[in-house]
Amino acid sequence: MEAVVLVVVIVMLLSAVAVMLFKDFLAALAAMSVVSLGLSFLFVVVRAPDVAMTEAAIGAGLSSLLFALALRRLGLWRSQ
Amino acid sequence: MDILDINIILYSAAFGLMLIGIGGIVISNHLIRIIFGIALLEAGANLLLLLSTYHEGASAPIIVDGSVPAMMADPVPQALVLTAIVIGVGILALALSLAIRVQRAYGTLDMREVRLKLEQEISENAGIEMPSSSHAPAVTTANSAAAQQESGS
Repeated sequence: MEAVVLVVVIVMLLSAVAVMLFKDFLAALAAMSVVSLGLSFLFVVVRAPDVAMTEAAIGAGLSSLLFALALRRLGLWRSQ
Repeated sequence: MDILDINIILYSAAFGLMLIGIGGIVISNHLIRIIFGIALLEAGANLLLLLSTYHEGASAPIIVDGSVPAMMADPVPQALVLTAIVIGVGILALALSLAIRVQRAYGTLDMREVRLKLEQEISENAGIEMPSSSHAPAVTTANSAAAQQESGS
């Protein structure tokens, strides 16, 4: 159990760093989704399944959609 | 203390997320990246708040057949975090719409250029001289005289 949590935390923190370092905003958006999904796994580990469900739906789904629409309107929607 | 203790791992995840978020807000110049930093900081704060409810061997706060489980995680902070997640999406939408307005008004999302254009606009409309850049100390009569003295001696 601890090993699985450790792997998820490492992946989450690395992708959080990647959000800040990627030049491409679409890639940064994908990394942000990875952070949200890892976070929802950690919410299940701390015994909050309802919060995990919300985080997976709202954090990874709806906020990524908002970011994607804003990036398209700002003209940053291009992968390099 | 064991390095593989689950509490240490989870707390380091929460503080790491908050640290990366704050660092991104402070260091980056692009407005979209600052909004990404706000989202990361929010995620870390949510995890930190939920960790206060967790203890070893707790069960999820779900009542089965009318009996309350003996070792139950506290449901009140969980409800708080549930609200905070939804409010976070509202904050994100507001920040992104402000970023769109900034790009329409100034044609750029780089905070350095936006700040420069904002200062220009303010000084033009107020009819005063544009203040010197904050990256260098302002030249006043007092310190320019001191600089002349130094170069002279």
